[in-house]
Amino acid sequence: MLVITCPFCGPRDEREFEYCGPAAPPRPEDASVVSDRGWVEYLTSPPNPVGPVEEIWWHKRGCEAWIRLCRDTVTHEILPTREVRK
Amino acid sequence: MKRGNRLPDGGLIDRERQINFTFNGRSFTGLAGDSVASALLANDRMLIGRSFKYHRPRGIMSAGYEEPGALVEFEAGSASGNEIPALLPLREGMRVKSVNCWPSPEFDLGGVNQLLAPLLPAGFYYKTFMRPDWALFEPWVRRAAGLAAVPRAAPEEGAYETRNLNCDILVVGAGAAGLTAASIGAASGLRIVIADMDRQPGGALLGCEAWIEELPGTDWVRKTAAELKAADNVRLLRNTLVWACREQNLLMARQNPERSGERERNWRLRARQLIIATGAVERMMVFPGNDRPGVMLASSVRNYVHRYAVRPGRRALIFTCNDTANEAVPALTNAGIEIAAIVDTRPEPQSVPTSGIRHIHGAAITRTSGRKRVRGALIRHANGRMEQIECDLVALSGGWNPSLQLWSQARQPITYNHRTSMFVPVAKAAAIRCAGAADGCIGLAAALRSGAMAGAAAIKACGCRASAAIPECSPQTRYNAGPWWHDEAPGRAQNAFVDVMNDVTLADIHLALREGYRSIEHVKRYTTAGMGLDQGRTGNVNIVGAIAEATAADMETIGVTTFRSPVAPVSFGSIQGTREGSVLLPYRHTPLTEWNVSRGAVMYEAGARWRRPGYFPQSGESMHQAVNREAGAVRNSVGVYDGSPLGTFAVKGRDAARLLDMLYTNRFSDLPLHQGRYGIMLTDDGLILDDGVSFRLGECEFLMSTSTANAARVYRHVQKFLHLERPDWQVWMTDLTCQWMNATICGPAAREIVAALGTDIDLGRGKFPFMTIREGMVAGLPARISRVSFTGELSFEINVRARDLCQLWERVIDAGKAYGITPIGSETNHVLRVEKGFLSLGHEVDGTTDPYDLGMGWIMSKKKSDFLGKRSVSLRRRRGVPRRELVGLATADPAQVIPEGAPLTPGGRREKSEGVVTASVWSECCGRSVSLALLQDGRARHGETVHIRTPEEVMEARVTGSCAWDPQGTRMRS
Repeated sequence: MLVITCPFCGPRDEREFEYCGPAAPPRPEDASVVSDRGWVEYLTSPPNPVGPVEEIWWHKRGCEAWIRLCRDTVTHEILPTREVRK
Repeated sequence: MKRGNRLPDGGLIDRERQINFTFNGRSFTGLAGDSVASALLANDRMLIGRSFKYHRPRGIMSAGYEEPGALVEFEAGSASGNEIPALLPLREGMRVKSVNCWPSPEFDLGGVNQLLAPLLPAGFYYKTFMRPDWALFEPWVRRAAGLAAVPRAAPEEGAYETRNLNCDILVVGAGAAGLTAASIGAASGLRIVIADMDRQPGGALLGCEAWIEELPGTDWVRKTAAELKAADNVRLLRNTLVWACREQNLLMARQNPERSGERERNWRLRARQLIIATGAVERMMVFPGNDRPGVMLASSVRNYVHRYAVRPGRRALIFTCNDTANEAVPALTNAGIEIAAIVDTRPEPQSVPTSGIRHIHGAAITRTSGRKRVRGALIRHANGRMEQIECDLVALSGGWNPSLQLWSQARQPITYNHRTSMFVPVAKAAAIRCAGAADGCIGLAAALRSGAMAGAAAIKACGCRASAAIPECSPQTRYNAGPWWHDEAPGRAQNAFVDVMNDVTLADIHLALREGYRSIEHVKRYTTAGMGLDQGRTGNVNIVGAIAEATAADMETIGVTTFRSPVAPVSFGSIQGTREGSVLLPYRHTPLTEWNVSRGAVMYEAGARWRRPGYFPQSGESMHQAVNREAGAVRNSVGVYDGSPLGTFAVKGRDAARLLDMLYTNRFSDLPLHQGRYGIMLTDDGLILDDGVSFRLGECEFLMSTSTANAARVYRHVQKFLHLERPDWQVWMTDLTCQWMNATICGPAAREIVAALGTDIDLGRGKFPFMTIREGMVAGLPARISRVSFTGELSFEINVRARDLCQLWERVIDAGKAYGITPIGSETNHVLRVEKGFLSLGHEVDGTTDPYDLGMGWIMSKKKSDFLGKRSVSLRRRRGVPRRELVGLATADPAQVIPEGAPLTPGGRREKSEGVVTASVWSECCGRSVSLALLQDGRARHGETVHIRTPEEVMEARVTGSCAWDPQGTRMRS
């Protein structure tokens, strides 16, 4: 069970958060102008490294902030978090 | 006690308090302070049970949780299997019995397996039972496997519980090192927790004579523990086994009850700094017959003598490869145990020999004799001469294994130290450190020093100042051990046990190596060595040594297997604690639950933990009859339905319309004020996520509804899109579910009922058309009425504040009496929806369909260049692969209802299916069963006959349109 530091609420238990996947590249502004390959690439290639990975977490049972954090998938070490908008 | 082994004095026991217990039905007496093991030994019970595979006689081998030989189970009310007797405090009236033997450990029928032993090597079930079929043998092998029986019922008294605790420094283990570290921590003012698995603190100090700061070891422990207890910032948890080390220093601990009436308690401990002072376990020595009752660990013999004043034997042979066994000699001789000899595998004397004791160097035990108790051992001297020595106790000291389970679980590195022949931790992580014997510091002086250093370092890491005051004790020489992994054992390796609990022998290890297993992890899994309840604490390093010798590899290269939680067996009950059933996942109710129950509603969960009425049976009615009556009321007169759990959201802001355009496949930006529109929401991979109606309440304000089950998912979906992809859009989505609650009045007479309630809203046909929303007063309550329909009939959804719902409901029922208004449940709602061909999530929307498949291509906007899912749908459909499409089915026998989920196959033959029945109900108003199905190319096949294949029969049905009732929709628009 991780302790995640919410930029607004401070260190909180993982059970307050919902994991929302690794931080993927942004969705194309207009999907109709992307190549087929580019679209499939966007949909099907989420980052999945052994080691540090940027992830999106949602402080669902707290302040509902959307948080970007860097977690090491080997050691579970969490580097500082920040709000996704920043 | 006639045949007693209790010494006349000494021990940490209360001789005034006798405790009665039974073992295998016979009554015995022990003393307060005894463990079950010490009480059994005091009564000269060395033979405890039979072994896992070969049913060999087994006795007590140790005094701690490393016990590989003896397991017991409890009988009666507190039935519990596979308990380690050395860890169980003796209690009055305890009923204990042996495991894995019948009728008794002395005479056990399963003992025949000993004769079959040559046929049962490692992995025997992979080879022996392959032909004709493993399934033939499996039941028999499964029944023979395992040790104690699984208890038939839950324990009679007490409840499990879970607690959370935070601290600055957690010290695991209250031995010499742990107590020293905690004492230093106590002085710092930081919050300290010290957890120890034993009934009393002290660790190894309880089992040997020692002097610390001019006090006997046990007195020093008592004084230190009392000081810790008195400190406000220290918490001492006794009886507490720390069984898991998770990420970021989260530790799980199980505390055994101290009083009757309590059961186990699980602690979730979060520590800024962790000190692992879990000590070390003495290592077995591997030679033929090393499992015979009477063979014990040397430190455990000393422990029984010192802590319990019990003499486990009369004449002991000590077998060792290191310095520590010598230290036990004075205590053993004082207890009246005759030392037959000390057999040391090292060729040269390493320390000053005890006078008057025979020392044999460079020798080894090659076999033991005796049947249910060791009677002697055969020694091979350095020059090859063999000598038989009589004894009833063999005390083994094969060196020490630091207890690194928690360290290993934290993924910290471990290395091999050649001087001491131990796997020891490599200090690395800042927030975790080992101390004492766990850090490889064998001997009291080294442990005290190590504990003090670790305590001081942890305090500094917490940002406080500390001075490491090291308690003084008698000086010791540096610990030395010569590696000795097993006897040569020519031809008799199959009686030389490397894992006593799982009956794994040296021969099994050699077999695994011959068959090509090299990695220690593979050898472990193939032979099951180290996989028992004791996790091979006493034997694992011998296995590494045996592999190293057989393959000429380095110990370091082979390494040890990764330890996993739990460190020792933990009951599921303690992990779960109080979280069960409705406490874990409470049900959700609307204010009408009480009314529904009082009217005899059958309540069940209907998505998202909502407990809703399924149907309202009147006296003597079956579910089928009740549903027909309720559905008939809606079609012919009027019904009322509690639609409150439907997901409801306010979407507000400059970009609200833009957001809905992006989320739904159709357009919302051109929706006129106070009008609503049905929309389908896709995920970006082109599959349907949800559907629902949204109303425009203002230029920049919408009221959005989602299905009940999906409300939370949709909320997350929208929030994620907004926060991650469009953070610059000015729009807010607010959850209003259950802020407004509603009574939905549906049926041809609905308008009359609403009028009868009294309202300032103009209900006239042209004034309040289908798919519009109005605000006003209804029955004297502020309300919003929307004209949507989930039933295909004229409907008014009257939304009021949650606190007004009961009042509204009573008024509706009153006003509807003249029309026979009928409350309807989820079952009827489902029937009405299927008659109309309306989508149900989980039925027609099954995670594979898109709107085209459901005959709703019109909802996919051509004007919008982009919306979520558009690109993926077009990409997928461009391939032109035939799709399963929504159709209706009319069964050849109109009365026949098809089981939902039944496959459609060509001609009803046993072939690949061409579709699936998604819903099927009896429709009273159509006078036949009505079904929906997803059928390959279905829309082009209207009128065709298709076949449904169930295990019992093949049914025929005609393909129809998906809407069986009022396809033009005139009734709901009326």
